[in-house]
Amino acid sequence: MGRAGYLALIGAFVALLVVFSIGLTRDPSKLPSPYIDKAAPAFDLPRLKQPDERIGNDSLAGRKTLVNVWATWCVGCREEHGFLMQLAESGTIPIYGINWRDNRDDALRWLDQFGDPYVASGFDADGRAGIDWGVYGAPETFLVDEEGVVIHKHLGPLSDPVWQRDFVPLISDGGTAQ
Amino acid sequence: MMCLRILATVLLATSAWAIDTDRAFEDDALQARYEEIIEEVRCLKCQNQSIKDSNAFLAADLRREIRRMLSEGMTNEEIYAFLVERYGEFALYRPPASGKTLVLWLAPAALLLAGGLLLANILRRRTALPIEGGELDDDSEPTRTSD
Repeated sequence: MGRAGYLALIGAFVALLVVFSIGLTRDPSKLPSPYIDKAAPAFDLPRLKQPDERIGNDSLAGRKTLVNVWATWCVGCREEHGFLMQLAESGTIPIYGINWRDNRDDALRWLDQFGDPYVASGFDADGRAGIDWGVYGAPETFLVDEEGVVIHKHLGPLSDPVWQRDFVPLISDGGTAQ
Repeated sequence: MMCLRILATVLLATSAWAIDTDRAFEDDALQARYEEIIEEVRCLKCQNQSIKDSNAFLAADLRREIRRMLSEGMTNEEIYAFLVERYGEFALYRPPASGKTLVLWLAPAALLLAGGLLLANILRRRTALPIEGGELDDDSEPTRTSD
């Protein structure tokens, strides 16, 4: 193999090095959602507070909404709760909850104690809705647009910096979520 | 003897790693498919484990869904498609060989081939070099000694 061949191999090796180095900076636990830019998965759950009523995709239609997956056993959910309360009180965007794999009494008590930022929460006792949304660890928050298309998913607790960096640009696009 | 006992215990203990200790299906074929599928699905919460081995909620929920899908008569392909639709291709240990994953599948073989060719080249050149003993062994040159 002549010099050109060796150079080509070295070039390929360096290219691989670059690719792997970039890859190392990524967090494999943060998986992109396959629903980005697609219709939100179908769901239909009994409401946490009024079990005779239901929430589903119809609830999300007509304006941008957040769908927040939460549970009382989830430490990150406790962390983000304060921010969710602020967000709800500011009236920026309606927040729907999916109470995932939880105990109804515990969940109701939790909301009483810490406050309820949700327009409504669906009670997903056995995690079926969670699976349909591709949830693998709470908290997870989806940004859904007026037509029910998922435009963003955030893994882990929401906070003001995350909100400003990732969500505000997507919401301001079409004006406020009213 | 103690060594053998420890070894035996450790080996037997590996069967405790599977979370489902009872058979999921009476039917042998379904049971076999179930066991095969749950080894192929990554537990996205505990990413080093398959859903067969993981304790996480997600793993238990997915095993339950897979059992449901199997009893509803879905094929393996349909079940994998169900999971990929919700969780993406990373959910499977062996993603389908589509455009993107083709690089993943082919890269190791390609790298091995390239490395092998390089090695073959180097080896071939080494053995092809003539032994230059004539010049080096020229007795007219004083040999160096450390006097």
